[in-house]
Amino acid sequence: MIKLADVAKSYGDVHALGPVDLDLPRGGITALVGPNGAGKSTMLTIIGRLLGADAGTVHVAGMDVTTAKSRQLAKTLAILRQENHFVARLTVRQLVSLGRFPHSQGRLTTECVAAVDRALEFLDLTALQARYLDELSGGQRQRAYVAMVLAQDTEYALLDEPLNNLDMQHAVAMMAQLRRAADELDKTVVLVIHDINFAAAYADRIVAMTNGRIRYVGSPREVMTPDVLSDVFDTPVEVIDHPTHPLAVYYRLS
Amino acid sequence: MTTTNSQPMVQSPAASDLSRGPAIPGPVPAHPPATVGRYWLRLTIVLLVAVLAAVLIVTYDNPAEPGSRGFWTIVNNRLTSVATITIVGICHGVATVAFHSVTNNRILTPSILGFDALYRAVQTALVFFLGAGAVAATNTVGHVVAQSLLMIAFATALYGWLFSGKRASLHVLLLVGVVLGMGFGSLATFMQRLLTPSEFDILTARLFATMSQSDSTYLPIGFAAVVGVGFVLWRRRHVLDVVSMGREVATGLGVRYQREVMLVLVMVAVLISVSTSLTGPMTFFGFLVAMLTYQLVGTSSHQWTLPMVAALSVATLLSAYFVLRHVFYAQGLISVIIELVGGLAFLVYLLRKGLR
Repeated sequence: MIKLADVAKSYGDVHALGPVDLDLPRGGITALVGPNGAGKSTMLTIIGRLLGADAGTVHVAGMDVTTAKSRQLAKTLAILRQENHFVARLTVRQLVSLGRFPHSQGRLTTECVAAVDRALEFLDLTALQARYLDELSGGQRQRAYVAMVLAQDTEYALLDEPLNNLDMQHAVAMMAQLRRAADELDKTVVLVIHDINFAAAYADRIVAMTNGRIRYVGSPREVMTPDVLSDVFDTPVEVIDHPTHPLAVYYRLS
Repeated sequence: MTTTNSQPMVQSPAASDLSRGPAIPGPVPAHPPATVGRYWLRLTIVLLVAVLAAVLIVTYDNPAEPGSRGFWTIVNNRLTSVATITIVGICHGVATVAFHSVTNNRILTPSILGFDALYRAVQTALVFFLGAGAVAATNTVGHVVAQSLLMIAFATALYGWLFSGKRASLHVLLLVGVVLGMGFGSLATFMQRLLTPSEFDILTARLFATMSQSDSTYLPIGFAAVVGVGFVLWRRRHVLDVVSMGREVATGLGVRYQREVMLVLVMVAVLISVSTSLTGPMTFFGFLVAMLTYQLVGTSSHQWTLPMVAALSVATLLSAYFVLRHVFYAQGLISVIIELVGGLAFLVYLLRKGLR
């Protein structure tokens, strides 16, 4: 499980997060939602030990992320950031193979190759595997990054806006695939997501944040109420009951 | 249906089947990645060019009678040149590729950032503060090693600081590098002005060895350094692949990023000080061969780029040396012409691709 205790972070004078306490059980999909600047990405990055917290402790699967061995942690926890800038020129397959680094230190075993194949297939990238990343569209590249996280084959996967750059079709497919990863591969997925309706449709838990604080934690049905959403997003929101999941409507309310 | 997406997946019958996820038809790639077979072919050709140039340099137009003592003396001299060029070429090429990877850019090179100007400044400062007598009296292997260590410590502290912490913009780094390079250069020139003529003479002999007249006593040290550094970098080629993905991805994959970057910067400082001590500074050569290597190899995976860049820089330098010295009798122009070509390539790259 993921356990945050009194975690706080400031950038200079700007208070970004906390102090927050949060317990996320193993398994399932947790969606972090909230307006811009609510501290969602900051919290995710701190859990993924890419950013040091000013105060508090973070434990993932019993390991303190600031003191645990980085290599050990990389076998337990994978994180995908929102922006990925690098000049390295790699094919999709090479990128996804890098996800195996914590297990193989670069010398791919047959097990690694199988894991890479699985990840490629899982995100329907098999046909694109020989292409270079700079020859792909933004959405295809986004899927390649997610495939790399899956190839890392960790119990926990943290994804910062995995739906970035994806069109309607691919956004739905991506969420369906993450759902499958949680259900079939027994992963614990935590993601930052902007479209509250995607969170409602696919997540098991929604964590709503504003101004660096956690305001609500609950199942989609518990969080998806007009009062809660209007409060969190500071915008009038109506909730319609769709047969499969509640649906937030906020585009034009008269 | 939206038409903003440039992928042709709308036409795909499978794409409408949401339960299957996005089935990408996957047209044949416009630029198929260089296959392994083609890589070996290219590497072989480059190596052949290098060997051919080396053989030509050694044998071409030897004025002495074949088999006579003078003949072998000349061959020996030329072999020293070939060895020097080989070491210098490998130093520049490998240092640049490794540097590109840890700094996550393809514009800056150790030379552009003033590594070799720093070397000159350190050398001059030693003569300046300790006096030529002390330097000449201790002109031993241990002394050279001590000097190199000083240079490495300096470079690592300075550039490690520059590249650690929050990533500065490439514009700032380029500017800082150029200014530092000029600053070190001016500092060295200033101290040289204040030296006595004899001290200056000793210093010049040390600083500006040319490819044809380099001091062969440094060759074994240079050779050992290149082999050592090459071994370390080759062992860490997979780590370099991960480090070249940037701090966040590398940390996420369990690599101790800061430590690896520092290690590579030390290696780069070793290579550049070896090469500068052998033949003096070459600003754009590393950039030139690194760019050619990326073009030839296609991928930036280090198990392919490192051997290629080493072979390519040796082949380039040897060919240039042969053509200019033995065909055009213009050996003093070698570095000038390489700098001209490299500098032009650098400008073209900047103008076409921008600071990326």
